[in-house]
Amino acid sequence: MTQSLLDIGIVGLLFALGAWTVLVREVRTATIVFITYGLLLSLAWIRLHAVDVALTEAAIGSGVTGMLLINAAARLKPTERHAMRPALPLRMVAALVCLAVAGGLAAMPLYAPFQPASLAAEAVDNLSASGLGNPVAGVLFVYRAFDTLLEKVVLLLALIGVWSLAPDRFWGGAPGLRLFGQQASVLVLLARTLPPFGIMFALYMTWVGADEPGGAFQGGTVLAAMWILVMMTGVWAVPALNSVRLRMMLLAGPLCFLAIGFSGFFLADAFLDYPDGYAKPLIIAVEFALTLSIGIALGLLAAGPPAKAPPA
Amino acid sequence: MNAITIYWICGSGLVGFGLYGLIVNPQPLAKILALNLLGSGVFLLFGVIARRGAGAGLGGDPVPQALVITGIVVAFSATAIAVALLLRLFEVSGEANLETDDTDPGVPPPDGKS
Repeated sequence: MTQSLLDIGIVGLLFALGAWTVLVREVRTATIVFITYGLLLSLAWIRLHAVDVALTEAAIGSGVTGMLLINAAARLKPTERHAMRPALPLRMVAALVCLAVAGGLAAMPLYAPFQPASLAAEAVDNLSASGLGNPVAGVLFVYRAFDTLLEKVVLLLALIGVWSLAPDRFWGGAPGLRLFGQQASVLVLLARTLPPFGIMFALYMTWVGADEPGGAFQGGTVLAAMWILVMMTGVWAVPALNSVRLRMMLLAGPLCFLAIGFSGFFLADAFLDYPDGYAKPLIIAVEFALTLSIGIALGLLAAGPPAKAPPA
Repeated sequence: MNAITIYWICGSGLVGFGLYGLIVNPQPLAKILALNLLGSGVFLLFGVIARRGAGAGLGGDPVPQALVITGIVVAFSATAIAVALLLRLFEVSGEANLETDDTDPGVPPPDGKS
């Protein structure tokens, strides 16, 4: 009963925050509410016994997305006064349509009482062969490794997409991340003291991901957060994007993953197959390379397209 | 009511809110935000399906959970591209709206560039 009350409370708050995000006029306020919403949503994920997803949601869904949107909201502030909502009848029709969609989805289990299909047993049965203890990591790096590889490539493609939106003369230059102005503030102090602990924690998250909730993505996000913090406060300069070292770090994870994938043709039975007994060390090596690449890619996606001429 | 039912309703409701925001909000940035809200609702529905598949000593089916993790990452990539496109539009035209004609008198002509 108490458990149900907790769930109902979480859902009630999620609905309130979701409605607030949609109905408020100022986009900056909406973004701040959305960040809070994301953190609360990770509680919901924990209630659904999905701790790996909760970590990812808090880090990416709420954290990095929130930062990206709040930055954009500040830049687009002058355009807000022109915006006009549709007239009331149109809004009511839209509300009815959305109510029908939500109601239809909510009623789906009533009309199609399907037997729950589950691959949990298969996932656990074959996990011991890989040496991993976390079934979600098993799915990501053993059963569906190809998906995970492509997902990292999507991240790089998105980054290329963002970079190519800059004017030609800026190609390869440093991103125009808005710096935090005040030098004597808590944020600057944090940017000077927090990163060693943050980097340590990121490595720990990646390492522990093989057996417990965590992994390359969550670790990479913590790394990205530390990097964005030092770049924003000016403690560390925003790098020029034509730096070869930077690009190598971006490619390290996917290339390492691909190399191990192709070596599967010779050392094991197929692409992305791991040789017997070496699965866990190889997966952990890939995860560490990916943590670095993901951290850099997320940091650069948040920093935006290049806005300065590249150094000669 | 058990947790599965409660969070299924939650996911459905969030899809509804996101869809409403996507249709009604005039600012493109608010639409991107609403799309993220809609996406999080869909992910939550997935999470409930994973929870229904609990078994073999696990609290949920790890396959849909891993799919959601991949989904969150791809959604972020799409959001980053959308925001960058929008900021570029603002840089070039000084406006960031989805109007295709100039029925809105508040919009100044975009000085020769279209």
